Amino acid sequence: MIRFAGDSGDGMQLTGSQFTTATADAGNDLATFPDFPAEIRAPAGTTYGVSGYQIQFASHDVLTPGDAPDVLVAMNPAALKVNSDALKAGGLLVVNTGAFSSNNLKKAGYERNPLDDGSMNRFRILSLDINKMTLDAVKDVGLGAKEANRCKNMWTLGLMYWLFGRERDQTVAWLENKFAKNPKVAEANIAALNAGHIYGENAELPHGIQAYEVPAADLTPGEYRNVSGNEATAWGLVTGARLAGLKMMYGSYPITPASSLLHQLSRLKHFGVTTFQAEDEIAAIAAAVGASFGGSIGATGTSGPGIALKSETIGLAIAAELPLVIVNVQRGGPSTGLPTKTEQSDLFQAVVGRNGDAPLVVLAAATPGDCYYMAIEAVRMAVKYMTPVILLSDGYLANSAEPWPLPDLDALRPFPVQFHRDPEGFHPFLRDEQTEARAWAVPGTPGLEHRIGGLEKDRTTGHISYDPHNHHRMTKIRHQKVAGIARDIERAKVDQGEGEGDLLVVGWGSTYGAISQAVRILRERGHDVSHLHLRNIWPLPEGLGDLLRSFNSVLVPELNFGQLTMLLRAEFLVPAESLTRVTGQPFRVAGLVESVEERLQRSAE
Amino acid sequence: MSPNSPKKEYSRKDFTSDQEVRWCPGCGDYAILAAMQRTLPSLGSTPENTVFISGIGCSSRFPYYMNTYGFHTIHGRAPAVATGVKLANPELDVWVITGDGDGLSIGGNHLLHVLRRNVDLQILLFNNQIYGLTKGQYSPTSQVGKVTPSSPLGSIDQPVVPTRFALGAGATFVARAFDISKKLPEALTAAREHKGAAFIEILQNCPVFNDGVFDLVTDRKTGPAYQLWLEHGQPMTFGANGEKGLRLNTKTLGLEVVTIGEGGVTEQDIVTHDETNRQLAWLLTDLPNVVALGVLYRHRGPVYDESVETQRELAEDQFGDPDLHALLRQGHTWTVV
Repeated sequence: MIRFAGDSGDGMQLTGSQFTTATADAGNDLATFPDFPAEIRAPAGTTYGVSGYQIQFASHDVLTPGDAPDVLVAMNPAALKVNSDALKAGGLLVVNTGAFSSNNLKKAGYERNPLDDGSMNRFRILSLDINKMTLDAVKDVGLGAKEANRCKNMWTLGLMYWLFGRERDQTVAWLENKFAKNPKVAEANIAALNAGHIYGENAELPHGIQAYEVPAADLTPGEYRNVSGNEATAWGLVTGARLAGLKMMYGSYPITPASSLLHQLSRLKHFGVTTFQAEDEIAAIAAAVGASFGGSIGATGTSGPGIALKSETIGLAIAAELPLVIVNVQRGGPSTGLPTKTEQSDLFQAVVGRNGDAPLVVLAAATPGDCYYMAIEAVRMAVKYMTPVILLSDGYLANSAEPWPLPDLDALRPFPVQFHRDPEGFHPFLRDEQTEARAWAVPGTPGLEHRIGGLEKDRTTGHISYDPHNHHRMTKIRHQKVAGIARDIERAKVDQGEGEGDLLVVGWGSTYGAISQAVRILRERGHDVSHLHLRNIWPLPEGLGDLLRSFNSVLVPELNFGQLTMLLRAEFLVPAESLTRVTGQPFRVAGLVESVEERLQRSAE
Repeated sequence: MSPNSPKKEYSRKDFTSDQEVRWCPGCGDYAILAAMQRTLPSLGSTPENTVFISGIGCSSRFPYYMNTYGFHTIHGRAPAVATGVKLANPELDVWVITGDGDGLSIGGNHLLHVLRRNVDLQILLFNNQIYGLTKGQYSPTSQVGKVTPSSPLGSIDQPVVPTRFALGAGATFVARAFDISKKLPEALTAAREHKGAAFIEILQNCPVFNDGVFDLVTDRKTGPAYQLWLEHGQPMTFGANGEKGLRLNTKTLGLEVVTIGEGGVTEQDIVTHDETNRQLAWLLTDLPNVVALGVLYRHRGPVYDESVETQRELAEDQFGDPDLHALLRQGHTWTVV
């Protein structure tokens, strides 16, 4: 496992993603975790400007980006300060001494140079003046000093490629393409990349530092690509709209970490996708609701404060019973919170965060690749049941990449929408007997002119109604319609382990990899532990209560203060316990294993 | 009507829904509703292709009384919902019904942006200078000093001038009319014919909470002295006998009311209305002692929904048929054997 760390302007995200591509090419399984500051270019050399990119890769299957890196690349003192505690004892520390000026040391909060005072002795240290070696490597190209210095990330990448036996071709091609209009910059970056690699080949490195060989992983045969959660979500939305036979209108207001959904979808106009960058979060979802009224599938995406701003309009879509997909790429809260960090703290807001009794469907994707299938499922449920669907993703899923077996498109079952066209006996709240979905009649259809809105409607005519009994009945219908969707989803089942026993670990969302790996380790150590991962948050799958009761205890790890725990307790009266971590970072596998073992020991005593 | 039957001639009745109208007796909204129901058939509109979108407030009940498609949405957001409808189906004829509170307080932001984008909609802002549905608080168009339940000592807010707001936002069509005016259908027709966002401020009497606030302008007796009906290419005269007019004061760069034949003023001095002149329209938004009515400004600009279509066609030309298989393989893929 490697972590690249440097200033936000040092190009660490590019370095990491190039290493990821080369690693996928080498046939390893992998998982990544980009971690960057909310500031675009924080003052150089400061700890809060440090940007990191972690990748775990192996010849076996990899479920998380890992806890503690084996290799840390620190491009300046601040990057060392922020990350050195995470590096494993005995791990390899690559430092760019060219950036260890007294000024930079001071900015990072070091009184003395930590490379000289013995505080880093637990690591194998490779001290290199990467600044100088990069300048030497590119001096023939004739760039200015500033531009030449920018190539140092490629020098570093070249060295890492040598260390782990990765091929350079793909990165060379990428650089040529990226800087096609500026061949000198391309040339310099390639020269730096090669120089770093050659350094590794030729230099006499300190004892204990040599090239590693990580053989290809035993992945299921097939065609793969790397995919991040936001890419997969965008493609899933497009695929869902096509399976429904509808155009899509995606309304959005830029917000971290959901903006890339808008970027992706705005390039897919030829797929029948219209994107609308609205004036605010409310207009973004309001336009999506309008588009659904008009016969498209309306969708919107947001995060953090954005989902709060959309609440009233979600309520309108519930009252008007219009299909709508809301992607919430969760981030640290409350308020502005931690814009670039991950969290799972919007579960309550998704399930119950509206005025009135306002039920809707809540789904949660488990991995970056799973975002594709859950986005399709969100569209399917929205149009089948005429309901808004919230798809919960998070900052970690959004930006992390994993090798993804490409889906078999022919195996995806279409769910073509049939608009209501028959004027006979029509009113807008005419319901399908089975699904209780109301008729979807779109403007432009002769004879079906009707009015809908946020006021309560009479269940038999669709006109405004203040009748007390009608309101009770309509509230019940809205509740039953969503509750009934439980019959349309897979029954609750464990992902790993037996269906009964000592301890059931229940997770949801992006913690899938960490929990799965932790439970695997616990089972290898002989503990009677199973793992269940919820993709349907509301309604919950059938059979869940019985399954929870089949274990002596239930533990719910979440990146919030116990929201799913409370939901499970309320729904099933089970003594589920919460394991919380709200640091803006994903769970660490070792931390989970330790917590579970502690609990098992306590309950055994 | 089935899609195959011959084109039907529509009448007012076809645009009238079966719902009992629930505005207060004497409300100006009745007259606006009647004007709309009468005007639409003459415009070649069909009930199935016409959509009314509203926010919240007295005026926003309007869609329930039209036998067309309608969506009574949430407070202030009608312009955004209407934009979405138009993006889903640009063929629809979409009308936004809003009020001074809905459109200029809670929804001011959306009104600004729908106007500057020039989405092809008609936006009718019923201005009664009061919050009616919440029982009479001052609104963003109420005059300073207005005593209401929430301003017992008089409102201290400076009022916004709706037409000035619209022009400032970059609207390409700005008109003004009043509820009981015989010329309201003309304004509705002009708005419907305009490509892009057409904004009409309709002065509307609230008989319960702000009765008579526009009486000087709308009263049959006093009206002629206060109504300046604009006609493109015609001198801007008004008064019972057309004896008054507007003259450009070159010192103040403003328009002033003059009487022809008094103080050496001749017809030559009266400014001719040019509805394509934005500067002139700006001056007409807020005149002393007279209200400019009719089309203040009209200009054909790029229309948002047309530009969206153009970009989609460009993308289709550039990328060809949509291919999900290829989309998922963009960039780098590899095969595990």
